[in-house]
Amino acid sequence: MTAVRRYPVLVALIIAALFMVLPFGIVAINAVKSPAEYSSNGPLSLPHGLYLDGLKDFWQRVDYGQKLVNSILISGSVAIGAAVLSVLNAYAIGIGRIKGRTWVLAFFVLANMLPQEALVYPIYYLSKQAGLYDTRLSVIIVFTVVQAAFGTYLLSSVLGRFPREIIEAARIDGANKWQVLWRIVVPVSRPTIGVLLVFFFIWTWNEFLLPLVMLISNDNQTVSVALGVLQGQRLMDATMTNAAALLGVLPAIVFFLVFQRTLTRGIAVGAVK
Amino acid sequence: MTVTVERGGRVVRGHHRHHGRTTRPRRPHTSYALFLLPGVLAFLAVIVVPFLMNTGVSFTDWQGVGAPKWSGLANYRELMHDSEFWASFRHSLFMVVAMAAVPTVLGLVLAAALFDFVGKHFGTKIAAVLRACFYLPQVLPIAVAGIVWSWILAPDNGSLNELLKAVGLGSLQQDWLGDPDVALYSVMGVMVWVQIGFPLVVFMAGLQRVDPQLYEAAELDGAGWWRRFWHITLPQIRPEIYVVLLWCTIAALKVFGAVYVLTKGGPGGATDVPSYFSFTTFFEKTQVGYGAAISTVLTVIILVLALIGLKLQTRAEDAEEGLRA
Repeated sequence: MTAVRRYPVLVALIIAALFMVLPFGIVAINAVKSPAEYSSNGPLSLPHGLYLDGLKDFWQRVDYGQKLVNSILISGSVAIGAAVLSVLNAYAIGIGRIKGRTWVLAFFVLANMLPQEALVYPIYYLSKQAGLYDTRLSVIIVFTVVQAAFGTYLLSSVLGRFPREIIEAARIDGANKWQVLWRIVVPVSRPTIGVLLVFFFIWTWNEFLLPLVMLISNDNQTVSVALGVLQGQRLMDATMTNAAALLGVLPAIVFFLVFQRTLTRGIAVGAVK
Repeated sequence: MTVTVERGGRVVRGHHRHHGRTTRPRRPHTSYALFLLPGVLAFLAVIVVPFLMNTGVSFTDWQGVGAPKWSGLANYRELMHDSEFWASFRHSLFMVVAMAAVPTVLGLVLAAALFDFVGKHFGTKIAAVLRACFYLPQVLPIAVAGIVWSWILAPDNGSLNELLKAVGLGSLQQDWLGDPDVALYSVMGVMVWVQIGFPLVVFMAGLQRVDPQLYEAAELDGAGWWRRFWHITLPQIRPEIYVVLLWCTIAALKVFGAVYVLTKGGPGGATDVPSYFSFTTFFEKTQVGYGAAISTVLTVIILVLALIGLKLQTRAEDAEEGLRA
């Protein structure tokens, strides 16, 4: 193909890609504008200087530090808990080849596809009965199980192809099932487990419905819920909105840069929800 | 499902079908079942019991306090005649278009263009950067995407309206999220933006396993880009297309956060979807029995779709294996 025909396609793709990231750019320039500058020049002008009071005000108003801590605590615990649960389940299904494993696996897959709307009221009701309502622990427990459903499905198919010879050799050397799991299966499957940890963390970070219902007090809310609720109430002016959007986008961009390889490749590890 | 796994930076296609299955005597399987115990107990407590409760409650008239009163199929009969429910259900078909159909088609074309064209002529680095741009919205919490877009789409001083004015298309300005005739399409547009990265990345990963010789042979035979796309790319990544369509359709039926943050189902119910409708029925109207019926219907629809999808997928994979054998 000639260069003349090549470049228009490339240019079109670049314009499309710029359109995808344009919203991030507009948010970033408006988050550092003063309200006066915003109202006189509109959203599309470049900022004349760095005005950080909007960000600072927003941070203090919603106690954003606390929200970050909550999100990290919840997502981190869920990622680890769900990975452990997935490994145990997948060990029984993929390597143990327990009886009826197809049905067990189908059960986990269907559990993963259930809409949370069909669980939300009973979970709300039961957690109130159990004294767990409005605790971070309640959300951690629920999402550990929900995420483990996907993890079980994925890891089972990976462990189903685990080289049997290695396991047989270890068993002959006298290792019990527990030792085989932690000393052989887990270390060898580390790349897949790493992908799962990253996805569990980010999915839990982004969850909205259940945390919205379960975490009502300010001290327990996650970043997603705190921002979503504020936006839903339409209490924010333009500067505040942009500060909120920027502070919400930043952690996502950090994950993206840190985990880009894992994310984009890992997605192929079996199509994501 | 066929699964691609990365091991040490290399994408390995995971079929060891003809790998010798040794005929060693098998040990009894029972003790492995112990490893399943924590998982099964946790699933019973968090998923099975709540799901059964929800189904049970859907046959009652319950306000969330006191004893539920059995009402049989009354809630379901009411649903049949509830125009609000049918409207929300119709809107979720629009969401399927915005979150599954459009992103799959665009994702296919973009993936083929990036992989086959940009990657080959301008280097994989540029292709990777462009792919990253398209994927970025996928890592964003939906609440944050909602904030960004509701501000961009604001009627006064919103960036989109300002942009239209700046390029002389001021007559196209709208109250994007506040006008009942426009709001649903605006939400659809935002969802396309949110969703497009997912199919793109899955398809690009799928394209990596297509044998380059197929393309070379086709090019020698004089097949143009479009014919190669249609006759090689599409059939080769059919499994990925099934998976993407299935997951995206289910995601579209469940969509909640975006509607909550962008429009709260408004204006006047113009963007209401079943999940948001059940949420307000549960927690704002506290008609728990009725909300449970809505979410049960939604569950049935999703599970039926999922089963059909999985069936189609296995059938397609079996057919492919038949061709290869």
